[in-house]
Amino acid sequence: MPAQTTTAVAAIAEIPDGATIMVGGFGLVGAPLTLIDALVEQSTATNLTIISNNVGEAGRGLGLLLRQGRIKKAIASFFTSNPEAVEAAMSGALVYELIPQGTLAEAIRAGGAGIAGFYTPVGAGTELAEGREQREIDGVLCVLQPPITADVALVYATWGDGLGNLRYRRTAQNFNPAMASAAALTIAEVAEIGPVGSLEPESIHTPHLYVNRLVPSTIRLADLQGADA
Amino acid sequence: MSDARDVIAGRAARELQPGEIVNLGIGIPNRIPNFLDPATEVFLHTENGLLGVGPRPVAGEVDVELIDASKQPVTLTQGAAIFDSAASFAMIRGGHIDTVVLGALQVSEAGDIANWMVPGGKALGVGGAMDLVVGAKRVIVTMTALAPDGEPKLIPACTFPLTAAGVVKTIITEHAVFRFVEHQLVLTELLDGATEAVVAAETSARYRVELA
Repeated sequence: MPAQTTTAVAAIAEIPDGATIMVGGFGLVGAPLTLIDALVEQSTATNLTIISNNVGEAGRGLGLLLRQGRIKKAIASFFTSNPEAVEAAMSGALVYELIPQGTLAEAIRAGGAGIAGFYTPVGAGTELAEGREQREIDGVLCVLQPPITADVALVYATWGDGLGNLRYRRTAQNFNPAMASAAALTIAEVAEIGPVGSLEPESIHTPHLYVNRLVPSTIRLADLQGADA
Repeated sequence: MSDARDVIAGRAARELQPGEIVNLGIGIPNRIPNFLDPATEVFLHTENGLLGVGPRPVAGEVDVELIDASKQPVTLTQGAAIFDSAASFAMIRGGHIDTVVLGALQVSEAGDIANWMVPGGKALGVGGAMDLVVGAKRVIVTMTALAPDGEPKLIPACTFPLTAAGVVKTIITEHAVFRFVEHQLVLTELLDGATEAVVAAETSARYRVELA
């Protein structure tokens, strides 16, 4: 079914309490800023599990959602960029799971691809493997990583078409394609939504079958950073 | 006396071979491009999804959507390629990165590395550190010989949580180059006028000396 074009507020209203939400971006680059703003300002959904490389920055992006006390659990590779998230995790206020960045990306990819998990040498034998199944494969200690999926994925793409095909720009791609594939409901924030047929088929990074909602982007990273300067 | 970090970065730059695919960690490794011989064309990979990292942009030419893994703006080299995080780490984990150069809190005489966590510290993040040291064909550690508290960083066994065991190939400090030869730690070079006695005083790991 083609993606439905809607507003950020209407799309975010579909997120219930207790939802597990994947959020694209590496830091703020490639993060769906319009959708995050709507989630923070226009939604009351709480008890959320957030899967994202970082939990925003202090008071910015997902950091605002954390301040509101609406995140129950976070799965990420790097919390340090938001000292408030580190503090919440250390105090027990935030349940957290720390996963090596490549394992996180691959687990999400696996989730979208129907892979039931994989063994990786990354992290095996370290503190991060505690409580996980480990086994030696061809003489190398490996740790079992289950796939990661979500109820909702919030992703950002610079270009899209009316069907929901997406094309990312520069290093704003990062986690977005994998996350778009791994959620029951994928909401894509797009800067430039063109007519169907406006994207060269070979240039499409995320085919439209992964995308359920299309939301025009109104908050741009360049504007945010300009405001800070 | 030279700036210790520049001594380390300058020596590390000479480890890189033309044509290599290289991933540079934050801190001292980030200074390496300043010391690379222009004839030594290496291809810089950054784990957030770019092969072909160019110099930092000049003011007014920053593209906010083009950053490296330290979240700083970069430029693209001719022939650069961009991909998603899963593909980027498939390159790393799959053994397609020739060399990673990164910092460390501690390295042991068995080649174990600890560089992601200080117990009781204010950081909570591993990022791509574990992926990089396990996946890259060659792991070069660039670090000052002593920690800020004056303790040696090249030690018999790591006391901080490990990033990975037995993966380090080369260690470059401001005073020395060490290499692992058949799992044995070997001091192979003195830097910046240092003596064997200076290196011995700041190293608690056991090693043998084979200066070239």
